[in-house]
Amino acid sequence: MTTIVLAILIGAAFGFALDRVGATNPDYIIGMLRLSRLHLMKTIMLAIGVSSTLMFLGLVGGVIDPGHLSVKATYVGVLIGGILLGVGFAVAGYCPGTGLAGAATGRKDGWFFVLGGLIGAAAYMGSYAWVKSTGILDNLVGGKTTLGLISGTKYTALVGGIPGEWIGVAVGLIFVAAAFLLPDSIGRQSRTHEAAGKETSP
Amino acid sequence: MILSWQKGGLLLGLVFLAAVLLVKPIGVSTQFVILDGIAWDAIDSQVVVESPDAKSGYASPNAYLNKSGGKYAKSVANPINYGFVFVLALMAGAAVSALLRGGVPREYRAMPAIWRSNFGDSPWKRYLAAFISGFIVLYGARLAGGCTSGHMMSGMMQTAISGYLFTAGAFLAGVPVAILLFRKEG
Repeated sequence: MTTIVLAILIGAAFGFALDRVGATNPDYIIGMLRLSRLHLMKTIMLAIGVSSTLMFLGLVGGVIDPGHLSVKATYVGVLIGGILLGVGFAVAGYCPGTGLAGAATGRKDGWFFVLGGLIGAAAYMGSYAWVKSTGILDNLVGGKTTLGLISGTKYTALVGGIPGEWIGVAVGLIFVAAAFLLPDSIGRQSRTHEAAGKETSP
Repeated sequence: MILSWQKGGLLLGLVFLAAVLLVKPIGVSTQFVILDGIAWDAIDSQVVVESPDAKSGYASPNAYLNKSGGKYAKSVANPINYGFVFVLALMAGAAVSALLRGGVPREYRAMPAIWRSNFGDSPWKRYLAAFISGFIVLYGARLAGGCTSGHMMSGMMQTAISGYLFTAGAFLAGVPVAILLFRKEG
């Protein structure tokens, strides 16, 4: 029961935040990917930096249970899947989470994205046995691997010697710094800026 | 109003932190499989069956639903689980946020400004592109074992190598495609 209440609270907070940072608006995502409007990239880098730094400090301080971490395996399919996602991400301006959130905000193209997504996921379900037989799901670099060793977990470490928690804090701070250093736009000055601004002003 | 990147990044970061503090890292794309499984199971009740031998207590003739001791099969059999309710709440949260800021203006409900200035007004052209993109994105996300939430954000938050690999793939493909496709500004 508690887990369902937490699902509602954290899920709703996530959906709310996605909308407020502009991620439900494909103009912002496409602007980020064509490097003309990096607002969302700065937002995402700061979010990763803040959550990472505090999570690793929380692990060091014993506030966060290392059993809550969930590191995914590394295999060739991760790169291929990332490339496929990147193509659709660029065309539609949606990813799975922002597609669902965008649809919920009343964007009809978001619903078509979600419908295509359900069929794409079903296609993967149908082709999984074949995909697995090709070997692209076989683990690389130890499978579930993190940069450094995180105590209380069974994840493989890429680098020995330095505790993984401190590597995590350092990498988190690098993300924060990168968010501040990244310019608002690379190359061109965007009119997307105006269009998206118009849309969001009351 | 859309938040500044400083406030927005802080808010989003604290949500990701709260998730790992209280339960587990955020992920979304698995739930597309769970909803497919629920629909499929409603048509054919043999898709997910109880199995005392399976680690999760459930099994499926479909190799994907049956993997890792039938954990997806279990979620299909019990839709009121953390991951599925999380995604429904995500949609509710986004809807509430949009309502509070006055909703998405009618002219942007079918397509974003940048699509219109590059490909014209036809809504069905945009819907078809969004549908095909959805297919590719979710096929890719399932192949990768996660999406922008699970791999890119939660993964890099945890310094997972898979998160860096996924992000490299997504941007190496996404940046050139977006630049080539959307020549005109929005």
